[in-house]
Amino acid sequence: MTLAFDLVLCAMIVGAAICAAVAGTIFAAAVFFIVYGIFVSLAWLRLDAFDVALAEAAMGAGLTGILLLRALGRMPASEDRPGPALAPALAGAGLALALGWAFLALPESAGLGPVVRNAAPGAGAENPVTAVLLAFRAWDTLLETIVLLAALLGVWALSRDEAWGLPPGLPQRVRPDGVLAGFGRILPPIGAVVGVYLVWAGTSRPGGAFQGGTVLAAVALLVSMAGLAQAPRVTSGALRLVLVAGPLVFLGMAFIGAVLSLWQPGAAFLALPEAHAKSLILGIELMLTLSIAVTLAALVAGPPEDRA
Amino acid sequence: MNVTVLGLCGALLVGIGVFAFLWQRHLLRRVLAFNVIGSGIFLYLGAAGARGGAADPVPHALIITGIVVALSASALAVALVLAHLHASSATRLPEDEP
Repeated sequence: MTLAFDLVLCAMIVGAAICAAVAGTIFAAAVFFIVYGIFVSLAWLRLDAFDVALAEAAMGAGLTGILLLRALGRMPASEDRPGPALAPALAGAGLALALGWAFLALPESAGLGPVVRNAAPGAGAENPVTAVLLAFRAWDTLLETIVLLAALLGVWALSRDEAWGLPPGLPQRVRPDGVLAGFGRILPPIGAVVGVYLVWAGTSRPGGAFQGGTVLAAVALLVSMAGLAQAPRVTSGALRLVLVAGPLVFLGMAFIGAVLSLWQPGAAFLALPEAHAKSLILGIELMLTLSIAVTLAALVAGPPEDRA
Repeated sequence: MNVTVLGLCGALLVGIGVFAFLWQRHLLRRVLAFNVIGSGIFLYLGAAGARGGAADPVPHALIITGIVVALSASALAVALVLAHLHASSATRLPEDEP
């Protein structure tokens, strides 16, 4: 029964991916891509990866979908003819076959699950994924937040000189009685509660700074797209402070560990003291959430622009 | 068994994404294909990590990191596509123009 479900789910994922790849118009391709993202997050649920399912639905389907649709709205309807299909089809099929064969040939392995589950309570987070993200592999997460900032720098660097200093993205014009303005009033309170809950619950249950931050970023984008509030200018000092606050707090905690290690055995760069690990992880997550939410919203909004 | 189905599905998605990336000429469609390749690789990795029976949190954390990085790379790519459009009024690369 569950095998049948998985087979149907895989067929729908593959079908949506093919539709997104070959759809006649780019708009249809983007819509199929959003559908595809939702199906993929169902597949994550089948793998008991609840945190990944939340991240895929919020980022893979949601924010990437907004990104594509907004970019599409700014493009002229151009003729869109793909190249010859034979060589790409052979390359894709060959790669899929090789990867499939490699998957079947993988040796059995128990993985790192038991190790993480045994160590997670001492690390300050009962949710093993949060423990890996913020304690065992904190280094990756720290660099990831800096990758986000670097991408935002790249996006802002693409703004034209005349537009620099304006709020990110295009100025929005919305019909005051339209659907967007209505949703812009109804959804943000619900989204804000869901986003904060995901962060708060993330230490012991599925959720966390990235998933919660993405939901909050979507709320901010909705409010700005509905024209209900003006985004801050890219030159605003407060905006820049919020952007760097999360990585700075994270780095600060890391260096406190490095300084403590001078006279305390066991302390090290990025190692949280076990006695306060839970509150420190929660503190870092809250600051990270704020920075992630604002960075993602600014990334999706794009460089500041002055013309429609 | 079910894990194998999802892993093979991930392999197939990578193939579809690579096909679309090479076949399509419109830059926005290539960004979309890049995201299909990425999520196929994530599914492949997640299924490979779930073969032990219980869910393995280390690949899950890696994949969440990967999803965030893929989103920021896509945002940068879309901004570059739009800048290319403003600069040259084209939605394809010069070598792909008919």
